[in-house]
Amino acid sequence: MSAPTARPVAPTPAAQASERGRPRTLTLRGPISGRIRVRTLVVCAALALAILAAAFLALMIGEKTFAPGRVLSALSGHGSRLESLFIVQWRLPRVVGAIVFGAMLGVSGAIFQTITRNPLGSPDIIGFSAGAYTGGLLVILFVSSGYYAVAGGAVAGGLAVAAIIFALARGGSLQGFRLIVVGIGVTAMLASIDTWFRLTSDVDIALVAATWGVGSLNGLDVEFSGPAMVTGAVFLLVAGLLSRRLAQLDLGDDQATASGSDPGATRVLGIVVGVVLVAIATSATGPIAFVALAAPQIGRRLAGAVGAPMLPAGLVGALILLLADMLAQHAIPGIQLPAGVVTVAVGGVYLLSVIITENKRGTL
Amino acid sequence: MTAQDTAAQRPAAETGTVPAILGQGLTLAYDRRAIVEGLSVEVPAGSFTVVIGPNACGKSTLLRAMSKLLAPQTGTVLLDGTDIATLRAKEVAKRLGLLSQSALVPAGITVMDLVGRGRYAHQSLLSRWSKADEDAVGHALAATGMAELADRLVDELSGGQRQRAWVAMALAQQSPILLLDEPTTFLDIRHQLGLMDLFAGLNAEGRTLVAVVHDINHAVQYATNLVVMADGQIVAQGPPAQVVTPELLREVFGITAAIVEDPVNGGPLVVPAHGGHGRRTGAGEPGPARASAAEGVAPSPQEHPGPHSLTTDQ
Repeated sequence: MSAPTARPVAPTPAAQASERGRPRTLTLRGPISGRIRVRTLVVCAALALAILAAAFLALMIGEKTFAPGRVLSALSGHGSRLESLFIVQWRLPRVVGAIVFGAMLGVSGAIFQTITRNPLGSPDIIGFSAGAYTGGLLVILFVSSGYYAVAGGAVAGGLAVAAIIFALARGGSLQGFRLIVVGIGVTAMLASIDTWFRLTSDVDIALVAATWGVGSLNGLDVEFSGPAMVTGAVFLLVAGLLSRRLAQLDLGDDQATASGSDPGATRVLGIVVGVVLVAIATSATGPIAFVALAAPQIGRRLAGAVGAPMLPAGLVGALILLLADMLAQHAIPGIQLPAGVVTVAVGGVYLLSVIITENKRGTL
Repeated sequence: MTAQDTAAQRPAAETGTVPAILGQGLTLAYDRRAIVEGLSVEVPAGSFTVVIGPNACGKSTLLRAMSKLLAPQTGTVLLDGTDIATLRAKEVAKRLGLLSQSALVPAGITVMDLVGRGRYAHQSLLSRWSKADEDAVGHALAATGMAELADRLVDELSGGQRQRAWVAMALAQQSPILLLDEPTTFLDIRHQLGLMDLFAGLNAEGRTLVAVVHDINHAVQYATNLVVMADGQIVAQGPPAQVVTPELLREVFGITAAIVEDPVNGGPLVVPAHGGHGRRTGAGEPGPARASAAEGVAPSPQEHPGPHSLTTDQ
C-alpha cells in the first residue's frame, strides 16, 4: 500500500485527438455576454438562409409563376396590381405564417422534450396539440368562430390537458414512458370526443371544424393569423429568455436545484409557454403534427448542441412547415393538400426511426 | 493528507466562529415516512466533515436537507447563521454547492460545457458568459486535472474522469461550502484516493466540505470531523481518532473490527474481521481475530493482511 498522492490524469490518445477537433466557440463580452459554439452559429445562419430562399421560391411559384425580379419589385411596392395581389396579399401572409407557426411548433417541441428529457415528449405526441384542438373545437361549436374566442379556447384546452396529463403521470417520473403513454391515451380519448362533437353538430359548423382539424395553411386568413403571429412572436421571445433555466433541467432535479435554479417553477413556466405556443399555432392552422416532434431533434443534430436547443429547433420548424406547405400546394397539380397531411406522412417515417434508435439505446 | 495535517485544523473548528451549517431539531421525511427525527448537527466552518453510517441511515437525506433540496418537517437549517429556508435558490447556490448522486449527464455535452453549467447562479438573463465565468471554469478544470479533457464529451470519459468533471462543475460554482454525496462510490481504489486527495486539498484552501463516504478508513484518514449516523440519528461526532472505536463499529455497522496504528499514514486504521459469511481464511476458526478485536487487542497487520478498504455496502 503506497501513500496516497495526487495523480494527474494521464493524457490519452483520444484526448490528443480532440485537440485537433476542438469545438470552437465564439464569446461575446460586455454587459450582454454569451458563448456559442461556432458550429451552432454557422448552422443557424445556414438555416436562416435556407428559410429565406424557400420563402422566396414560395412567393414565385404557384398557379401563376413570377420571375424573381417581379417578386422583389412587388415586395418593395412597385409591382403591378396583379403581382401585388398574388405575391403580397395572397402568398406573403401564408409564407410568413408558415415560418412563424413552424418556429412556434419547433420551440414548443424543444421545451417539452427538455422538460420530459425524452425525444418523444413533444406536444403532438403527449396530447397538448389535441387538447388545444378540442378546446378550440368546443368554442367553434358552442360559442363563436371569432379568432380570439377560438385561440382562448385552444389555450385553455391545452393547459387543461397539460394539467390532467401531468397529474395522471405524477406517480412516475416526468421523463420516459409513463408520461408519453398517458399522453397518447388522453390524445385518443380527445380524438373520440372530437368525432362525437362533429357528428352531432350542424353540418356547416362540422365542416368548418373538419377543415380546421386537418391542419392546413390553405384557408389562412390574416384576420386570424395576424394576431396569432404577434402573440406567437412574443411567446417565442419569452421562451428564449427561459432557455438557460430550462437547460439546467438536463442535470436532473437535484443538481439543477443545487446549481441555483428552481426546477419546479421552471417546469411550470415552461409548460405554460410551450402550451401557449402550440395552442396559438393550432388555433390558426389546426393541428399540424410532427413538426414539434422532429424539429428539435433535427436541429440538435445539425447544430451539434446539447439537449434540445431552441434556436435551431425554431429555425428547423419554420423550414419544415414552409417546405411541407409548398409540397402540399404544388406536389399534385391542381390539388391543394393540407400541410398537415404532408407533415404526418413525412413525420411518420421520422417517428419510426426515433423509436427504433431509442429502443436500441434503451432510453425509452 | 494525513491525520497529522488534519489535527492542525481542528482547533479552528472549535473556536467560537459561526458554524458553516447548523441543523437543529431536524425531522426529515418523504411522504410522511420519517427518515430522520429530532436530529441536530453542526458542520464547523473550515472543516472536512465526513458522514458515515450504514445504508438507509439517512446520510443522503441529511445532505439534501442541508442543501435545501428537502424542506425539514420540523427544525431549521442555518447556513452561516441564516435560515436556509429564507434564502433564494441562487443565494444558496452561491454559498453552498452540492454534488448529488442523481446528477444526469446532458446528452452530447462536453466537459467544458458541463463545468460551465455550474455557473448558473452567477449568471443572469443578459450576462450569460462573463470573464468571471470563464476564469472560474478554467480554475475548476485546472484544480481537478480536467483541463486537458475540457473538449471531450462527458459520455466518453472513464468513471473516474467523469466524477472529476462533476467535481469541477461543483467547484465552478465557487461556493465556500461543498457537499458531496458518495463522491467516490463505484470508483476503483486509485481514483477514490485521487479524489479524496483533491478534496483534502480543497479543504486546505479553506473550503468547508461535507462528504458522505462509505469507506471507513478513508473517512478516518481524511476527515477533520467525523459524523457517524445510524437509524436517522447521529451516534457520534468529533475527531475521527476519538470517535472510531471497536464498540462503535459493532454498534453501528454490526461488524467486529480492530483498530490499529496505520503503518503507512499514521493514525488509526480499521481492520475488520471477516463476518462469518463463509469467507473464512485458512483453516483456523474465526475465533482469534474476533476475540482479540472484542477485547480491543489489535492483531498485527502483518499477520492479518485484511482488506484495507472496508465497504459497508451490501
